Amino acid sequence: MWRGLMLTPLLFLGVFFFYPLAAILSVSLLADGVPDLSGFLRVAQSAYYRDTLWFTTWQAALSTLLTLGLALPAAYVFARYTFPGRSLLLSLATLAFVLPTVVIAAGFSALVGPRGLVNDFLMRILNLSAPPVQLEHTLTLILIAHVFYNFAVVLRIVTAYWANQSARFEEAARILGCHGWRLWYEIRWPLVRPAVLASAILVYIFTFTSFGVVLILGGPRFATVEVEIYRQTVQLFNLPVAAALSLVQIVFMFALMLVYARFQSQAAGQLQPAAQMVRRPRTLREHGLVAGAALIMGTLLLLPLAALAVRSLLVNGQLSLAYYAGLGENQRGSVLFVAPFTAVANSLQFAFATTLVSLLLGLLSAYLLRYAPARMARWLDPLFMLPLAASPVTLGFGLIVAFNEPPLALRSTWVMIVIAHTLVAIPFVVRSVLPALRRVPSSVRDSAATLGASPLAIVRWIDLPIVGRSLVVAATFAFTVSAGEFGASLFVVRPDSPTLPIAIYRLLGQPGAINYGQALALSVILMVVCAICFALIERLRTGTAEEF
Amino acid sequence: MLRFLTIVVSSLLVALSIRPVAAQNSTTLTLITHDSFNVSETVLSEFEQNTGIKVRILPIGDAGAMVNQAILTRSNPLGDVLFGVDNTFLSRALQNDLFEPYESPLLEEVAEEFKTDPEHRVTPIDYGDVCLNYDIAYFEKADLTVPTSLADLTRPEYRKLLVVQNPATSSPGLAFLLLTIAEFGTEGDYTYLDFWADLVANEVLIVDGWTQAYFTHFTQGAEDGTYPLVVSYASSPPFTVDEETGEPTTASITADGMCFRQIEYAGILKGTQQRQAAEQFIDFLLSVPFQEDLPLQMYVFPVNLDAELPELFEKHAAIPANPVVMSVDEIEAGREEWIQTWTETVLR
Repeated sequence: MWRGLMLTPLLFLGVFFFYPLAAILSVSLLADGVPDLSGFLRVAQSAYYRDTLWFTTWQAALSTLLTLGLALPAAYVFARYTFPGRSLLLSLATLAFVLPTVVIAAGFSALVGPRGLVNDFLMRILNLSAPPVQLEHTLTLILIAHVFYNFAVVLRIVTAYWANQSARFEEAARILGCHGWRLWYEIRWPLVRPAVLASAILVYIFTFTSFGVVLILGGPRFATVEVEIYRQTVQLFNLPVAAALSLVQIVFMFALMLVYARFQSQAAGQLQPAAQMVRRPRTLREHGLVAGAALIMGTLLLLPLAALAVRSLLVNGQLSLAYYAGLGENQRGSVLFVAPFTAVANSLQFAFATTLVSLLLGLLSAYLLRYAPARMARWLDPLFMLPLAASPVTLGFGLIVAFNEPPLALRSTWVMIVIAHTLVAIPFVVRSVLPALRRVPSSVRDSAATLGASPLAIVRWIDLPIVGRSLVVAATFAFTVSAGEFGASLFVVRPDSPTLPIAIYRLLGQPGAINYGQALALSVILMVVCAICFALIERLRTGTAEEF
Repeated sequence: MLRFLTIVVSSLLVALSIRPVAAQNSTTLTLITHDSFNVSETVLSEFEQNTGIKVRILPIGDAGAMVNQAILTRSNPLGDVLFGVDNTFLSRALQNDLFEPYESPLLEEVAEEFKTDPEHRVTPIDYGDVCLNYDIAYFEKADLTVPTSLADLTRPEYRKLLVVQNPATSSPGLAFLLLTIAEFGTEGDYTYLDFWADLVANEVLIVDGWTQAYFTHFTQGAEDGTYPLVVSYASSPPFTVDEETGEPTTASITADGMCFRQIEYAGILKGTQQRQAAEQFIDFLLSVPFQEDLPLQMYVFPVNLDAELPELFEKHAAIPANPVVMSVDEIEAGREEWIQTWTETVLR
């Protein structure tokens, strides 16, 4: 039975990812039954596409390095010290994830735009006539935004992994005279490496396939492969070229993840279940570390979000709740009007369903990867990540073509939305849970089994206590992915159940300051709803702390 | 453990209760449309009551994505009627044989200029003009005259004032590119690419989409915008009416050769099982109640000559006398090459 269960995620992936992908690729690459490879030829021959691919690759590498550079020190602090506002900062980092790029762009422009706060301040104190900070449409802004969006990925995954690591290794090392950089290099780094690599790979995939950030903050001069796929599919309907680019992107990602899976499966040190090493900072140095991390996160994550909240409360320069109040009124009497409450309810339902389904499937996938023969796991591991590498346009079109006819005529039902969200959420669950699952000592499980524990009891009493923390992280991400999901939902047929991001998107497409203000107000509501849910998810774990 | 199980089970129950499938006893007509579609509740429910037809609205992405998905699902269409294909995408839809011809009796009330398909595979429903919008106060304060031709935009006094959209990712952006092609042509001493080179030299700002241009960079759309000229629609100014003065803070430039006309069409999708209901729905789209509802719901103008404009539009929206009209075939033949060349010369 176990075996059958562990194969369900593969089945899910096969039916809802590979089948639609194959469907759209065959439509694109088979002209009247004859393979049409002209798309590949065009991509291979043109310097334009080569430049695009090169830019995509290196900006993603740079973004990943920067994100690691900033988030790892914070993760160290979060894994060791507890301090007031700790969980608030943690949810704040994750909030960045749910907001549409256009809205984040508004936050950044309120801060560092030509008339933003920073420039205003600098111009006043330095007596300048022109704004000194010119970030608009630069690579710098793309990089900042990528760090902003992905900070939480590194922070949450690494912190969860690091926090219940046994302190014994370090103590032993210290006693044996291991200090300073050697402690880092020989003890801490090897212990935390699986989690760092897991999060790094997610960040790389995300920044490689970046769409909105590059287009909106970087401006049209910068284009990733993803942008090019959208252009070729939607604007030019040049499916052969779009399919070629999609395949190049997927194959490249697969190769990368294959290399990564090789790295990752190296066993990490065995660790004690849920050994807590979090404590209050004591020395001046420790207080300094905590303050430093809080300061970096505050500047990078809090300021743009706060700017957004303030914006939504300013009507003609005065504090007012007018934009919020207006949300509930169907002023135009539109049939597609979405009351904010309805949108929140829709978003929550989808997010809930997605979290549940993806946790289940993700957990099963993690078990499959952990206990399958190493050779097989190496190939399977990248498969579960691939949905992140497929362009939403390609996948959206594929789903519609594939689920056209009975028995799977799902294309215009709400189930399709949950499926699309789940595909994107599963990689997060796998990447959060797998490193933790890998450290469950086989010897302990084996002894339990010998002593007559059922497989379920083993999961419950041995795996869960160790994996619990990472499950919370996984649930948070799955929830966030669904609540904020834009890309795929826009290309999947949607019955009349608009989510918050869709409602925001609709408001942003209409002229007039009121619509814009209301879009900002809805974004703030989206943030608040998510923050509340993070708190609940977090409580769910601490509520059952003795059990976990 | 019990607690954990309770949580899981109750979660499952909530998840399963999400959306019971509505009972379908009457005729249900499915409308495929783009994300900007909107109609008043009262207008639509009147149609539903009069005909007994229940209308299900399925929005799928922007106009381009919608047309492409309709083409990909041709063998088993997603719906019965498609609304929202405009002249920049129309020939792609026609070439792929998406529609069944239908000549609505209400076409009599429609001006000839909109009836571009003699076979009536599609029916014109509304139109709009892509024009430059400007910040009235800015131009008054700077004592600047409003540009009266596209060529004016390359003059030094308009340096760093204009924000436009990328034609590869934005529909008004594409309209503006087509406008420049109609104005300057693709051959000769001064082609549209020369014009664009001059625009770039004059520090035009190119952004990804309309939202970004209007709400982040336009002085009247964003609090910290710095560009008083933006590519938008002739129907945008009515929505900038100042509460105190009762006058709009922006206006559109509708001089000859400065606006590009977009016409939106609807059609009955081939393979529908609801041919009669679909015909009734097309008639409804052309009927006065829906046509009069259009401007405030979708910011476009009705094609039915009997439809009256709402007061807001009557007062503040300008309709260009001689907008640039390009034939759908001409657009289809050139689009890909123009966008590609534009991207390679202007952006990179």
